[in-house]
Amino acid sequence: MRGEEEIKIESFDLEGGEHDPISGLDELSEYEKELLAAGIDPQERERSGSFLQQDHSVVLARSLLPGLEVMGIDDALRRYPWLEDYSWKLIPRDRDRFTREVAERPTHGYFIRAERDARITLPLQSCLFISKDKIRQNVHNIIIAEENSELHIITGCTVSHRVSSALHLGISEFYVKPGAKITFTMVHNWAGGVDVRPRSAVRVEDHGTFISNYIVMTPVRSLQMYPTAYCVGRGSVATFQSIVYASSNSNIDMGSRIVFKGRESRGDIVSRVIATDQARVIAKGDLVGEADDVKGHLECRGLMLSDTSIIESVPELKARRRNIDLSHEAAVGKIAEEEIRYLMARGFTEDEAIGMIIRGFLSLEIKGLPEGLARETKRMFDMTLEKVM
Amino acid sequence: MLEIQNLSVDVGGKRILNDLNLHIGDGEVHVLFGANGSGKTTLFMTILGFPDYRVVEGRIYFRGIDITGLDTTERVRLGMGVSFQHPPEIRGVKLREVVGLLLARSGGGDPLPLARRLNLSEEFLERDLNLGFSGGEVKRSEILQLLAQNPEFYMFDEPDSGVDVENVELIGRVMSEMLERDKRPSERRKSALIITHIGYILNYIKADRAHVMLDGRIACSGMPDEIYNHILKEGFEECVRRCGGDRCEG
Repeated sequence: MRGEEEIKIESFDLEGGEHDPISGLDELSEYEKELLAAGIDPQERERSGSFLQQDHSVVLARSLLPGLEVMGIDDALRRYPWLEDYSWKLIPRDRDRFTREVAERPTHGYFIRAERDARITLPLQSCLFISKDKIRQNVHNIIIAEENSELHIITGCTVSHRVSSALHLGISEFYVKPGAKITFTMVHNWAGGVDVRPRSAVRVEDHGTFISNYIVMTPVRSLQMYPTAYCVGRGSVATFQSIVYASSNSNIDMGSRIVFKGRESRGDIVSRVIATDQARVIAKGDLVGEADDVKGHLECRGLMLSDTSIIESVPELKARRRNIDLSHEAAVGKIAEEEIRYLMARGFTEDEAIGMIIRGFLSLEIKGLPEGLARETKRMFDMTLEKVM
Repeated sequence: MLEIQNLSVDVGGKRILNDLNLHIGDGEVHVLFGANGSGKTTLFMTILGFPDYRVVEGRIYFRGIDITGLDTTERVRLGMGVSFQHPPEIRGVKLREVVGLLLARSGGGDPLPLARRLNLSEEFLERDLNLGFSGGEVKRSEILQLLAQNPEFYMFDEPDSGVDVENVELIGRVMSEMLERDKRPSERRKSALIITHIGYILNYIKADRAHVMLDGRIACSGMPDEIYNHILKEGFEECVRRCGGDRCEG
């Protein structure tokens, strides 16, 4: 990992990234390609709302459906005093120097809330966009799905092709109330000069469901994250799925953790990692069983495409009860020659065969998404894959 | 269709095929018998041009072209197709995708009607290639891919092993249709070479000629029924001995 001490937070600018609000995403047509790559539809077709932060300014925040609130976090904290009960409650301000930095010098972020019983099946799109070189983005996000509500978020973090280096720090706190569901599909479309430190935590109450789908396919200078879901409610569910294509000099240290505190809670962590060129990937997973009748599975598969890349797979299981069922499987290897030959024996060229195998390896069934969003995520994934391969 | 002359092949530095000769004419279906380790599958892999199978002597001609130096893709695109005995599992690659791509190569078409011919469902098409397939499903999936590929020359590696009776009948019927066995001999264009251990498939498909492999050579050739009966009664070696190590015309 690019040493944490190597990132000099203060060397990135906190000023100079201010922009005027916009009334529609089409006003950002000069960045259309970057936005599309992060899953943002400028026309807001089939969307329940949009949030866009460009550098240090929230330039657009709107809900298109009743029962859904979307605004900048500062507006939300001003408007709702009760939001203090949710702010910095899942992630301590002093967890590390990056959380301290965001606590002390925040530059906005989003507040998204689905009201009680609101079933918002169209996805809300949010985008944290870096268009100015050498800035730091210190965002704090709070997402709440009230009782029996449903919320689907597609969020893209993206960077303008003109940016050679930047620092993105993102604190995200998710609250899934009883019977509620949040799916969070995140596409990272960084660049080779960006350092990224997301810090996310999720609290899932009785019979609530949280599903995270994470896709990173473009190079990133360094990315380190370890989102944690706390399944505190009875029968609560958490799933983390990650698809990683690490190329060039990317340095990725990512993991997911589920802490089962509620009786009969369950969860899965699934990752597919490809490493090529000189990329280094550490793929971690941690399941912690602290309640009775919990069930968790961890699956981590890695595919090595070069001899100069590194994948470290670190699955961990921690059991603190007798009555639990935690398991893991991890496998790292190269593409099996036999599979390539098999497809060539159907008349595919070697390159076609390798392409099919890689696509297949990465194509996780994206669970829990409404059909339209699943289709679109798949399309976005295919598009990104075409680009990187 | 296929002409193999004096073929010797090494695998991992060990001689597996030894001065093998074989001629399969247009429209002919041949059967290949032989004990385990006699070189039957090696012959298939060599015809396909898999790199671990090193031709040290001899030539392979396919449809009049010397393919000995061509790679697998080039050979297959000249019009050959194979049904593997133990195909690898490929995670995430859907059977539908492969069948769809094969159909697209020959002008397009819907995988589902082909799958239905083999009693395979729409759900089955969505499964990862060979992942958790039963014995019968593996064979039917292989034959389905051949249906989509529609080659001129087919190689079937034990299409009847590990398959229940009902499925052998189904597979045999579809193979028979693929190989135009309902047509008159002079009108048949498709050729095939079938490896069978147990011979069940021969109840459903009429072959023109059979060969017995022994120690990397074609040790004996003749009429399929004759040879099959000899083998059943006396075993491979005795069958070869009786036909004088050469022809066993019935």
